[in-house]
Amino acid sequence: MVTLTVNGASRSFDGDDDTPLLWYLRDELRLTGTRFGCGAGLCGACTVHLDGQAVRSCQTQMGTLQGRRITTIEGLSADGTHPVQRAWEQHNVAQCGYCQTGQIMQAVALLQQTARPTDADIERVMAGNICRCGTYQRIRAAIKAAANGGRA
Amino acid sequence: MSRVENVSRRQFLHGVATAGAFVIAAKVLPSSLLAQQAAFRTAAESSPLNPSVFLGIRPDGTVFIVTHRSEMGTGIRTTLPQVAADELDADWSRVTIEQGIGDVRYGDQNTDGSRSIRDFYEAFRHAGAAARAMLVTAAAGQWGVSSGECITRNHQVVHQPTGRTLDYGALVPAAAKLAAPKGEELRFKERAAWKFVGQDTSTYDQKDIVTGKAQFGLDVFRDGMVHASIEHPPVLGGTVRSVDDAAAKKVRGVQQTVALDTFKPPHGFQALGGIAVIGDNTWAVLKGRRALKVEWNDGPHASFDSEPFKQTLMATVAQTGKVYRNLGNVDSEFGKGKPIEATYYTPMAAHAAMEPPAAVAEVQGDRAVVWAPTQNPQAVQETVGAALGIDKKNVEVHVTLLGGGFGRKSKPDYCAEAALLARRLGKPVKVIWTREDDLRFDYYHSAAAVYHKAVVDGRGKPTAWLQRSAFPPIASTFGAGAREPLGFELDLGLVDLPYDIANIRAENGPADAHVRIGWFRSVCNVFHAFAAHSFADELAHAARRDPLEFVLDMLGPGKVLDLKAQGVNYSNYGAPYDRYPIDTRRLRRVLEIAAERSGWARRKSGGGQGLGIAAHRSFNSYVASVVEVAVDAKGGVKVPAVHMVVDAGVIVNPDRVRAQMEGSAVMGIGFARLAEITALAGRVQQANFHQFQVARIVDSPLQVHVHLVQSNELPTGVGEPGVPPVIPAFTNAIFAATGKRVRQLPITTAKLL
Repeated sequence: MVTLTVNGASRSFDGDDDTPLLWYLRDELRLTGTRFGCGAGLCGACTVHLDGQAVRSCQTQMGTLQGRRITTIEGLSADGTHPVQRAWEQHNVAQCGYCQTGQIMQAVALLQQTARPTDADIERVMAGNICRCGTYQRIRAAIKAAANGGRA
Repeated sequence: MSRVENVSRRQFLHGVATAGAFVIAAKVLPSSLLAQQAAFRTAAESSPLNPSVFLGIRPDGTVFIVTHRSEMGTGIRTTLPQVAADELDADWSRVTIEQGIGDVRYGDQNTDGSRSIRDFYEAFRHAGAAARAMLVTAAAGQWGVSSGECITRNHQVVHQPTGRTLDYGALVPAAAKLAAPKGEELRFKERAAWKFVGQDTSTYDQKDIVTGKAQFGLDVFRDGMVHASIEHPPVLGGTVRSVDDAAAKKVRGVQQTVALDTFKPPHGFQALGGIAVIGDNTWAVLKGRRALKVEWNDGPHASFDSEPFKQTLMATVAQTGKVYRNLGNVDSEFGKGKPIEATYYTPMAAHAAMEPPAAVAEVQGDRAVVWAPTQNPQAVQETVGAALGIDKKNVEVHVTLLGGGFGRKSKPDYCAEAALLARRLGKPVKVIWTREDDLRFDYYHSAAAVYHKAVVDGRGKPTAWLQRSAFPPIASTFGAGAREPLGFELDLGLVDLPYDIANIRAENGPADAHVRIGWFRSVCNVFHAFAAHSFADELAHAARRDPLEFVLDMLGPGKVLDLKAQGVNYSNYGAPYDRYPIDTRRLRRVLEIAAERSGWARRKSGGGQGLGIAAHRSFNSYVASVVEVAVDAKGGVKVPAVHMVVDAGVIVNPDRVRAQMEGSAVMGIGFARLAEITALAGRVQQANFHQFQVARIVDSPLQVHVHLVQSNELPTGVGEPGVPPVIPAFTNAIFAATGKRVRQLPITTAKLL
């Protein structure tokens, strides 16, 4: 039995230790905002925060999460008003939208580490998150806007 | 011709709350088609209405607009309703969008071919205009005034002389009793009065996307549902020789395995076959698959190796092929000078939408319900109906948001799998494809070889131009063993070479398909445009002329191309040619604007810096690209900027057009740099994103500048036409920067050293 905190609520899990956090979130908790893209830590669609750090939930086994704190896109803000979410909306970043929750979680972690990221910082930290629609230019702009207190 | 009907009292809509609402339905048929055939017109007017558009207003004033097109990222689910809401003079904050289920009554629902705006703009306009006229009539009736004294203003009818107003909601009961105006009675807003069309608008789903609430195919859960993951035959058409599922069944949560039959050729959209692992949750079935031991009978396609196949394609285009366009006589011209020749190659590629295929199905008796991210819900009805042996009308298809499509999700094989398993198991089933499944069992974009040959005059301008392509055709998906393309495949950038040259011949050679072939964003335009616009650049450099000036010279002053007079039966993306002709003046204009915006004339190439240009008409739209590159001594390539200029007629949502051009630039650059699917012994060798690479932020242009041509031409699509010019503009830029001509994709570092 593993007990952990997901979006501020205490949860327990008694399945196989090797179960990826991704499938626990999606299939058991129905927190479907965390997306499946590759299952191999290659695309970033499943990015969540583990004790405040961005991790790939498809590569994070439940057996390692005793007492840990998980935040998903659903827990990022109560009503979608986190500055990064607002910046994403203002820049109309999403096309299909599938990867964007992972992009947002990665961008939030970036801004927690680096309040005013340069283009090089953004490229380094966001390189693991694929967007097949090709919204990178707006992702870059939205991150800068969020860093700048919402001003473009 | 348009038809609008008041359907308030009819149960037309499935799953949409219409109680007490005023609902109209509209359809517009292309005038040219009707003009040609009086009998068709009569039939269309008197037959039951198959409306493309439903628009309704509930008593609380909420407007609902049904969109029958699939949302895969283009914004179409927002954009088409905007057209109706504009004519309705609605308050956008009071408009809700309902996703239509699969139903032939909507007319075509296959969201591909960049034609949703082209084909349905008018119908949505008519629906909005008709509803507004009826609301005005209803208000005038209540006030006892002439409707000529009434106008609309943001969800209200206003009686101008007295200033009285009535909200649309208050007029619903009266409007619901009125007859709809006839098409010719409709009055549309002046362009100056448009309030949504031509304006940037946030997409309807943006908020749900950033909060994680948006529902894609994988997000559907049904009570009692089981999960399924399928081990497909590694070679197309292979069958199961033996299965050992003992270890798989020991995995916690795995319930059983189910064998699925391999399709009977042609494969079409049928399930591939294989062994499905069924279980309580996704992880159980993925783990169960790893423990599964299957031996296969591979069948004839096990002979397929992509490297020798490439050589076969290259050899095919060195031979005379079947002629599809023949203007003048290239052969007699070729005898007069020293021809310039080049052969180009582009490899197979996968769609790799971020959401892999997934579907949920429930089957009871002769009825099935499917939830799926599909571009074509009617194809789901047909495919599932055929798989289960039931009437397609009994297949109810709910379209979720699509986590990308790019053509892959027009082919509903994964829906057939879910339905077959749901019937076998007697419970709802969710089928999930892994990324490995997605890359190994795609309907691939074909590998292609394209040969070009020209002779030129004293200024280096071609007097004769031959082009010849060979690629496994999409035809092979629908006809077993088909080696020649369906006509439309060559209409995508081969027979429609737009240059004003006296002697042109277009040929195609046969090619065998050993994997499933499908359409990928802009389809054959990818390789035809890469080759043609690379060759044009080569000719310009051979003549020591500026590539832009050279291409403009080849286009001539500009005109409407008359392919029919040349004996070419050009399918023109399904659009009537008289309304959507190939107009080379529009190609000239996008080129000229792209040159101006990029500073083409004053920018010097060389020393690792370079600009490349190309323009291409596809899907009835015109796009020019200028790509800027910086190549370092180690062969590393950066793309500081891409300039995209698009003429797609009247633009409904400029922000979404820009987004499509931005995405096309990224996809085109990524395709050129990275995309390659290979096969050995019939098995695709790329498993995941470490092997089939797509553009990441670091591979992508730093800036994509988009310019929209202000136009009153008929609106056309933008989902695909941005991709074709980007690739040759990129390789032309590399040539300008380094003197290295890239004729084979992908561009590897080795090719630049």
